[in-house]
Amino acid sequence: MPDLNQVASVDEVGVNERVARFCSRSIKKDSKVEALKMVLSMIDLTTLEGQDTPGKVRQLCQKALHLHDAVPGLPHVAAVCVYPTMVGVARRALGDNDIGVASVATAFPSGMAPRQIKLEETRIAVAEGADEIDMVISRGAFLQGEYGFVFDEIAAIKEACGEAHLKVILETGELGTLDRVRRASVLAMHAGADFIKTSTGKIQRAARMPVTLVMLQAIRDYFYETGRMVGMKPAGGISNAKLAVHYLVMLRETLGSAWMTREWFRFGASSLANDVLMQIQKQATGVYQSADYFSKD
Amino acid sequence: MATAADRVPVAKTYKIYIDGKFPRTESGRYFALEDDDGATIANICRGSRKDFRNAVVAARNAFGGWSGTSAYLRGQILYRIAEMLEGRQEQFVAELVQQGLSKRKARNETEAAIDRLIYFAGWSDKYQQVFSSVNPVSSSHFNFSVLESTGVVSIIAPDESGLLGLVSNVAPAIVGGNTVVVLASEKLPLCAISFAEVLHSSDVPGGVVNILTGYRAELTGQFSSHMDVNAVIYCDADAEIAASIQQQAADNIKRVIARVDVDWNKTSAQHPYLIRDTQEVKTTWHPIGS
Repeated sequence: MPDLNQVASVDEVGVNERVARFCSRSIKKDSKVEALKMVLSMIDLTTLEGQDTPGKVRQLCQKALHLHDAVPGLPHVAAVCVYPTMVGVARRALGDNDIGVASVATAFPSGMAPRQIKLEETRIAVAEGADEIDMVISRGAFLQGEYGFVFDEIAAIKEACGEAHLKVILETGELGTLDRVRRASVLAMHAGADFIKTSTGKIQRAARMPVTLVMLQAIRDYFYETGRMVGMKPAGGISNAKLAVHYLVMLRETLGSAWMTREWFRFGASSLANDVLMQIQKQATGVYQSADYFSKD
Repeated sequence: MATAADRVPVAKTYKIYIDGKFPRTESGRYFALEDDDGATIANICRGSRKDFRNAVVAARNAFGGWSGTSAYLRGQILYRIAEMLEGRQEQFVAELVQQGLSKRKARNETEAAIDRLIYFAGWSDKYQQVFSSVNPVSSSHFNFSVLESTGVVSIIAPDESGLLGLVSNVAPAIVGGNTVVVLASEKLPLCAISFAEVLHSSDVPGGVVNILTGYRAELTGQFSSHMDVNAVIYCDADAEIAASIQQQAADNIKRVIARVDVDWNKTSAQHPYLIRDTQEVKTTWHPIGS
C-alpha cells in the first residue's frame, strides 16, 4: 500500500485554469463529427433507478444495439450499466454482441454494507455475466483516514471480480477536496483498479472537469511509476455533446492518444447519447434536431 | 460632491434574454443602433444561430411546467407583466423617442402595450370555452374537442413596432401555454430587451419567453427550420422569404402563421384568434352508457 502522505497536493487554481483552456479549443466540422462518434463509442449507457424493470433494461439494450439506424456507420456504445439484479436480463438482451455489461455492486451507491455482502454481490453479478464491475469505495472510512481498510476492500473486490474489469467509484462529491480525490485515485490504482470513476451520479456534485483532470493526472503519474495503464470514467452530469468533447480534449492533452479508446475511457451517462446523436444529425443536415425524432433513452 | 452637471450618465448594456438570464450573444458580435443623425444609441447583440439553439432548449425545458400551470395562474402572471410595465412607462417612452418616435406616439404605443397584456390576461380562462366544442355524432359517444398548447413557438416580431408588435405576438402565445423564442425588431430593438426585464420581474418562469436581437436575414432560416420548434409566427416578410419559411417549416410540419401588414396600434389587431393560432385541437370520443 502506498504512503498517501507522500502524495503531492493539488494546485486547485492551476487545475481550474488548465480546465478553462480545454474548454476553449475549437473543434468543428469533420473533427467534430469524429469526436462525437468517439464519444458514442465510449458511452456506458446507464440505468440505475429503483424503478428499473426487466422491460426498461431490455429497452436500454435495444438502444445500445440500435442507437439511430437512420444514420449509417455509427459505432455502438461501450457497455450498458445496470444493477446486479438486471445483469442477466441485459446479458441475454445483448446476445453475442461485443457490447459489455457493467454492473454496479458493493451496496451501490452508499457502499454501506459489510464486506462479506459486498463480495457476495460482486460474485453474483460476475456469475450472471457482468464483464465489468463498478464498485463504490467506503467514503466514510476513507475520510476517517482508514486507508488500509479501503485498500484491502478494493483488493478483495478485485479478487472477487475474477476476469471481470473493476471500476472503482470514488464519489468525489463526498470527498470534498481535490487533494483527497488525488489520494483516493492513487489508493484505488495501487489496490488493483482497472478503471477509476468519479461518481455514482446519485448525489448532486457529480463529475466535473477539474476533478476528472486531477484523476487523469494521477493515472498519468501512476503509469510513469509502474508502467500499468488505468482507465478513466467520468460519470454523472455529462449530458451534452459539447461538454463530452471538452472531456476528450482533456483526455488527449493529459494522457495522449493511447487512452482514446473505449478500452481506456468511458462516459457514464443516461442522456448523453441522444444529445450526441442530435449533434451528428445536425452536422449531416444543417438543421437543429428535436428529441422527438430519436428513441428514448 | 459632484453636481448634477458633472455626473456621467450610466448607459445600459443591452443583452439578450435566454432561460431567465441576460447573457451576451455567445458569438460576441454586436451592431450599432443609430438614431436619425447617425449617432450611436447603443450596441445591440447580434444573436447567432447558437443563441437561438440555446433559447429553444430553454423553451423546451420550460414548456412542460408552463403548459401545465392553471389558466388562472397564467392570467395572473400576464396581469403582473402589465403592472410592471405600467410602473416603468417612462423608460419605454424614452426608449421609443430615442429610436425616433414622437413623444405622443411613444406614449400611445406604451399604453397600448399595457392594455394589450390586460386584454390577453382576461382571455386566459375564457378562450378554451369559446373554442372548445361538443360535437354531434351519430353513434353513442360524447364527442368533444378541446385545445392544447402547440409547444415551442418561434416568433419573428414586427420590424416596425418595437414594443407593441412584440407584446401583441408574445402575449397570445404564452397565455395559451406555449413557450416562445422571439426575434426582436431589428430596427427598434431597445424596448424588447427592456421588456425582458419586465418579464423577469413578473413571475414568468425562466425559459417561457426568450428574446434575441439580431439580423432577420441571418436568423429567419433558423427560426423556421429548427426541428424542435412546433410553430413559427412571422410578421412582415416579403413573398420570397415567406415562401422559404414555409418550405423550411415543412420539414417537421411546423404550424406556420403569417401576420403581414397588421397595424398593431388598432384595437382590431387584438382578438382571441391570435391565441387559437398556436393551439392544437384534441378530439375525444367517449362512450355513453354504463
